[in-house]
This record gives sequence, structure tokens and C-alpha cells, in this order.
Amino acid sequence: MFGRRVYLDNAAATRLDERVLEAMKPYFFEHYGVATSEFAYSEGVEAREALDKVRNDLSNALGANSEEFIFSSGSTESSNIAIKGVALALGKKKGTHIVVSKIEDFAVLHCARALEKQGFQITYLNVDGDGFIDIDQLRDSITDNTILVSIQHANQEIGTIQDIANIGRVCREKKVLFHTDATHSFTRIPLNVRETPVDLITVAAHTIHGPKGIGGLYVHKGTPIVKWMDGGFQEFDLRAGLENIPGAVGFAKAVELVNSEETRILQAMRDHIIARVLSEIPHTTLNGDRWKRLPHNANITFHFVEGESITLHLDMHGFAVSTGSACFSRSLESSHVIMGIGGNHERAHGSIRFTFGRYNTIEDVDDIVVTLTEIVKDLREISPLGKEPDKKESER
Amino acid sequence: MKFPYSEKVLEHFRHPHNVGKIENADGKATEGSPACGDMVSVYIKVDPETMTISDVKFESYGCASNIATGSIITEIAKGKTLDEAKKITWKEASEALGGLPKIKAHCSVLAVEGLRSAIQNYEERHGLIKEKEPTTLAVVRRRLKKVMNPLAGLDVVRTNLVRDIQIGDGVIRVEVDLPANHQFASAIKEELTEKLETLWDIREVIVEFVE
Repeated sequence: MFGRRVYLDNAAATRLDERVLEAMKPYFFEHYGVATSEFAYSEGVEAREALDKVRNDLSNALGANSEEFIFSSGSTESSNIAIKGVALALGKKKGTHIVVSKIEDFAVLHCARALEKQGFQITYLNVDGDGFIDIDQLRDSITDNTILVSIQHANQEIGTIQDIANIGRVCREKKVLFHTDATHSFTRIPLNVRETPVDLITVAAHTIHGPKGIGGLYVHKGTPIVKWMDGGFQEFDLRAGLENIPGAVGFAKAVELVNSEETRILQAMRDHIIARVLSEIPHTTLNGDRWKRLPHNANITFHFVEGESITLHLDMHGFAVSTGSACFSRSLESSHVIMGIGGNHERAHGSIRFTFGRYNTIEDVDDIVVTLTEIVKDLREISPLGKEPDKKESER
Repeated sequence: MKFPYSEKVLEHFRHPHNVGKIENADGKATEGSPACGDMVSVYIKVDPETMTISDVKFESYGCASNIATGSIITEIAKGKTLDEAKKITWKEASEALGGLPKIKAHCSVLAVEGLRSAIQNYEERHGLIKEKEPTTLAVVRRRLKKVMNPLAGLDVVRTNLVRDIQIGDGVIRVEVDLPANHQFASAIKEELTEKLETLWDIREVIVEFVE
């Protein structure tokens, strides 16, 4: 029971790749200056050069120019800079209406709520049973007062990938800005700003075996943004604060290390767990679209049992996963994503998210399915629900 | 490995005691519902000579603290008189488990309520409720507030799932705003009936589904 650990919560955080750490090391011990000091001494010049290089690498990964990419402390800050920055820039001049989807990450959703309290009007777009927004509904929701649409690239819990090319086209057509949170899709799903019309993109390193505490924001040239965290003039005067150069270097290295072969392997693990669980464990429902989903995400509801009980049992058997159950959350609220796709509390209560990463193998999948089968069976034994033979799988 | 629970909680979570149903239980109750999150059913067997709990079992659709509390509270209750068992508190259960995280109080208190309700159920079935209050609309509504609307996560009364209640001649007629073939219809009907049929002056409960 206390042997091997199998970590399957790579959407929450990933194990750092040693090669990333090696790339970062010199910027802790040798070139520890900051870029702001470039005109004072050589450590500053080294820092500036390093920062310029990785900024270039990361903007390239999005098909952008290097002055269109700023570093931040992570995806939460990036989304805050984007949404509040646009609101500050256009709130008085153009309008006070913002459109987001109901299943955004809290970084976006709570930015919207905070602005709402300050007098902005927010439309929270519904999603369908698989988590997709309706493009016509989006078009209809945009008014003359709308300044920004913020719709994620892929969902953090159920992995559903939105059609952001289409969303971007609608936004261009209606002349509103478009921000997308690509925290969970960056590098795994191609996104190139030369082909896809997006104005602001949130990205981060912690989901791709990079360090925590470093993220980025693509800001399309000319996008009106007001800096709201005051301090120095770093990051093209859009984000004040000391540059996290080791983090930025680690971020770029992490991006360099992702490749399509690896993504294919992750997808094979995803498909394997979905196929095995749905066929071998009765009363299970896949959450999110079967195909248009992140290559490394599977989210499944095990009916008649509670998610935290499953995760705790799995943990004792060496597996780390997460759940949308209210019992698991600090707020004691069920996952807003599962509720958003029309699920009831019961569907959220027994939902488990499996997210794969570089250090997982297909054997891990086989092992967890065996363990899960036992755990779910045992928990159903003690559950007052789900023993009657006529209990049907709840509707998808 | 590190866990957010005490050793004792984990032990009862891993190997819960007194799990299952008692066929022909003398008293039974379910607290919570899949909608609000956790749910627990408690069954008791009562020795009528001594008025003690001769056997008690529970079932849980809940998280670790819910399961562990069900396990410990049934251990404590076994062999106790009904009056003693009624007085067992969440605090006692929590202390016996070496402490529960505060945020988990909600999930674990259900097991305590489950036991109390099962005892109440026994007393009602055996005419042991001393003060016989006639069944009024207020009484029915109070009871139905314990039945959760699985679609909303709130009870059936506040969410207006119960459209109408009529009481007369020992019969309660409850109108539910749901198609009869809805996935939750039979579960709701069962729950409503269970909560009301034990009322001393009621001989029939009719649940009707209307769209």
C-alpha cells in the first residue's frame, strides 16, 4: 500500500522535468541578475539576453511576435491582466459588457464576478451536455456595449475543446476583443495566432512539466490594456514586478520538450482508460465530449458513490486523482463545470478526473482500472443507492 | 504518506463497522440525499423488553468522514437504550474518531441525525410518541423539508417540487411537479411516503406526479 506512486492529476500540477531544472539552474547561481539592471552591469545584460531569447521562443510557439508576449506569475495572473486590463481600458470609452462561459476556470469566472460588482454587465454563456458553447448564442449575446469575450480553449475539468477559431471569427466580425484561457491546452493542441484570430491568450508552465509560478499572456499588438498592478516598467509596462528569469527559462524549456509523439502517447492512455472503465465498470458516465477533448484528460462519473471516498481509497493504493465532488472542495460546492453541462449534484458527486503526463505509462492505466473496479464495488456495497437491478445509468 | 484525517477516521473509513441493511428493521431512516451531497441510511433492531438497540447497521453514499461517523456511531449506539442513543452527539462521535476536520462537519453530522431519525421512526411505528400532535399542513411541510430535490440540491418544499398537499380523513395527497417516468420519480415517491406514513393519524399516503 505504501509502494509505488502513480500521479494522475497532471491538470493540477506536473512533476518538473529534470531538463527544465538544468536549464533553470544557471539563472539561480550564475546569472542571477535581473533584466532591469541591463544598463548597470553585465549580470543585467545576461538576464536581459536570456529573457529576450525565451520570450522569443514562447511567442514563436504561438505564432506571435516577441513583443506580444509578457510573462506573469501564472495563469491566474495572466487572465486577471487580460480581463481587468481590458475592462479598465475600455470600460469608460467603449462599453461595460463582457461575455464568458459558465465553465471557465475560477481565474476568469471570478474576474468577471469582481467586475460585475463594479458595475460591469456579464453574460455567462450556457454550455451543452458536452461542454460546448453555442456559437449563435454567443453572436446574439454580443451588443454595442460589449468589449470582451473570454472563452477558454479547453476545459480544466472535462477537457472539452471549444471551437476557438469560430469564436474568434465572430468576435472579429462583431469588433470585440477575444481572450482565451489556454492553460490546459497550450502545446498539446495547436494554436497559432496567425491562423486563429485571438487577442489575448493565457498560458502557463505548470501543466507541461515546467515550474510553478510562471505563466504568460499573449497580447495582440495594439490591444487596449491598462496595467492595474503598479510598480516598475517591466514587461512592456504591462506587468510590474521583478522578472522571474529562471521561471521564464524553465517555461521555454518545458515548451521545447513537448512533442506530438508524446501527446499521442497521452491520448492513448486517455482512450485506454475511457474504454476500459466504461466497458468494465457498470453505471459510469463520461463527462465531456468523447473526441473533442484534451489528449490527456478523462473525466468519469461513478454513479452511486462519492468522489472523495474514491480518491482517498485510490490514494491509499498509491494513485493520485481529483474529483468534482462537493465534499472535496473547500467551498463544499459541487463542480461548477459538471453542473454547467447539465449534470446534477449526483453526477458531480461521483466524478473523477484523470489527467496524464510525461511520467505515466499505459500500465498505470491498467493498474488503476483494476484498483478502481474493486474500490467502486466496495463503496457501492455500503451505499444505500445503486443496488437495485433496475437502476439505470443516468442520462448523458 | 499524509492524510487529512486521523488514523482512527482512516481505520473506520477503510473497514467500516456495522455496514449494510437490516431486513425487517424495527426502525429506519435516511438523512441527506444524492442531491445535497452525502446520504446515509440507518437501520435499528430494538429489544422491546429492555428498549435497547440490539442491532444497528448503516449505509453511506458519502465521503470518508460520513462513512467513519456512521461506523463509530453505530458502535457507540449498539446495546444502548433508545433514550441513551438519542443523546449521542456529533461531538461525541467526532471525539471518538480522534477529531474530524471542521469543514467536514456537514457530511458527518448526517450519520448522527440518521440514528436519531431511525429511533424516532421506531417510536412512531410503535406508538411511543407521547404527545400526539394532529397532522397539519405545517407538520407535513416540516417533514418534507427533509426530502431533497435531486435536481436542485435543496429540499422539495422550498424548490416547489411539491406543488400541493392535501390532508383529510387520514389520507395525505402530495402532488409532485415531475413526469411520472422521470428518473427520480420513484425515488422521490418512496422518500415522500417513508417520511409521512409513520404519522400516527395517517393511514395512507398518495403521491401523484403531474406535469
